[in-house]
Amino acid sequence: MKLLSLQRRMARAVMIPLTNSERMRTVAPDGRSMRAVASQIIKPNDRLTSFERLEIYNRQYWFRVLSGFAEDFPGLRAVLGGRRFDAMAKAYLTDCPSQSFTLRNLGSRLEGWLRKHSGWAGSRQHLAVDMARLEWADIDAFDGKMETPLKPEDLAGANPAKLRLRLQPYVSLLDLRYPVDDLLLEVRKDADNLDVASNAFNERRKTKRVSAVAKLKPSPLYLTVYRLDEDVYFRRLEREEFLILSALQAGKSLNAAIDVGLRKSPLAPEQRAAPVEKWFRTWSALGWFCRLEKNPPN
Amino acid sequence: MPANRFNGHTDFGIGIGLRAPHYHHLLTCKPVVDWFEIISENFMIDGGRPLRILDQILDQYKVVQHGVSMYFGSAEKPNREHLRRLKDLVQRTKTPWLSDHLCWGSVDGRYTHDLLPMPYTFEAARITAQKIREVRDFLEVPVVVENVSSYAEFHVSEMTEWEFLNEVVERADCGVLLDVNNIYVSSQNHSFNPFIYVNSVPAERVAQIHIAGHSKYRKYILDTHDHPVIDPVWKLYARAIERIGHTATLLEWDDSIPSFEEVHGEALKANRFLATASLAAAV
Repeated sequence: MKLLSLQRRMARAVMIPLTNSERMRTVAPDGRSMRAVASQIIKPNDRLTSFERLEIYNRQYWFRVLSGFAEDFPGLRAVLGGRRFDAMAKAYLTDCPSQSFTLRNLGSRLEGWLRKHSGWAGSRQHLAVDMARLEWADIDAFDGKMETPLKPEDLAGANPAKLRLRLQPYVSLLDLRYPVDDLLLEVRKDADNLDVASNAFNERRKTKRVSAVAKLKPSPLYLTVYRLDEDVYFRRLEREEFLILSALQAGKSLNAAIDVGLRKSPLAPEQRAAPVEKWFRTWSALGWFCRLEKNPPN
Repeated sequence: MPANRFNGHTDFGIGIGLRAPHYHHLLTCKPVVDWFEIISENFMIDGGRPLRILDQILDQYKVVQHGVSMYFGSAEKPNREHLRRLKDLVQRTKTPWLSDHLCWGSVDGRYTHDLLPMPYTFEAARITAQKIREVRDFLEVPVVVENVSSYAEFHVSEMTEWEFLNEVVERADCGVLLDVNNIYVSSQNHSFNPFIYVNSVPAERVAQIHIAGHSKYRKYILDTHDHPVIDPVWKLYARAIERIGHTATLLEWDDSIPSFEEVHGEALKANRFLATASLAAAV
């Protein structure tokens, strides 16, 4: 058997989901006998059958990817509940196995997958998608690239009609329906306090909090997820802030972005300058803008 | 023997793996440690705290890169994005050599994130050696390959694991990271004499040695890196040092990680054997 063929067979077997009792399936989803698959490629020894030897790798694979995934999405786990989250994680990782050399990227396709598979969250679908987006943005903010921050002198003589400000790659802008930022911080606080409170007590409290958030009427909430001094922060934004920043992120010029942001603003035209100036001052202080490209595209 | 072209002609002593639970202690107490081994993939990122901590460690300590997902033995071509990021990190750390495993773990662009065993065939040796050469040429740093622990053997194998290791490193003209714990684990799982393995390794190519603990189950042993090194593994280490000479040695402890002092203390037990080797070399 050629190397590629053997590796395809073994990888396919290793990635088949485990049974509920965390053992290797005897029959693959496509009807193949896993005992036959194992014995075709793997030798038995005096203690283990071919099936049992293959099972060691099958179990190791799932334990590793499931624990990595759960570590990255504790908020989603709280929203779905442990049992449903675990089942969802197996389904997601079966449909979307890792395509990256790093486990960090396991959740990169989760938002899209969750939107297509709404059954996992049921009535909490929007809440679950919001949480998945926030947790993925958190991962991106943690180790995303930081380009040279923009300095005031970089803007000397710039024409606002042509000026295109760029946001740092680690900055994510999220339009959400639920206050998942508060919920995630509470989930993390509970995890940090595990030493001083019983696990069961924490679980009950978490369930109550999630239920309370799920009962809220969905209302627009704008959030940025960013990094400052190597820590990740969530900052809520006004709708106008969100629109301006999103337009800048999409490559619009400064003037055009402000136009987009304020087009439907309830602020009277004469009241707009002060908040816009304040927003830009804050965003600059937080280092969200990168130095301009020397030769920006026309 | 210790300094050779496969470890960048360095003469490192005893190191430990750089692990997050020890960061605070290392950065505040600055203990004396010969060198640290980092898991490359933990730092193949674009920014943030991990890289800032790495830079602080690099200011004070010697660092060597060890990878877990290059998968030299995978039949597919090396991932270009992986190589580009790895090269960025090599330039940052100035690692004198770079190690990864003699195994496979990805196929058709899907990653298992495991160190899967090789079929010991001549075809696999040829493909693996070619990939090692490509990676070394791209990264421009000596590459060494580590033997893995395994729990399965393939019907198609045409040679023993140590014969396969020799075949690959000769074809690739690369170095060896000899993991004596992995040899022990595999010897128990596959019923071979681990000393035959140690005695068969091309001593002149060994750039580094790994030691570690493992977990024993009823029918097999798992390479878990969550215990101290057991006596039979120290005996294999002693034999390896006797053959190879004073060699850069690293203790891996990756799960249930105890205090820095405990991990470092366990690693320093290797001094007993290294001192003997130095004495023998002097005589």
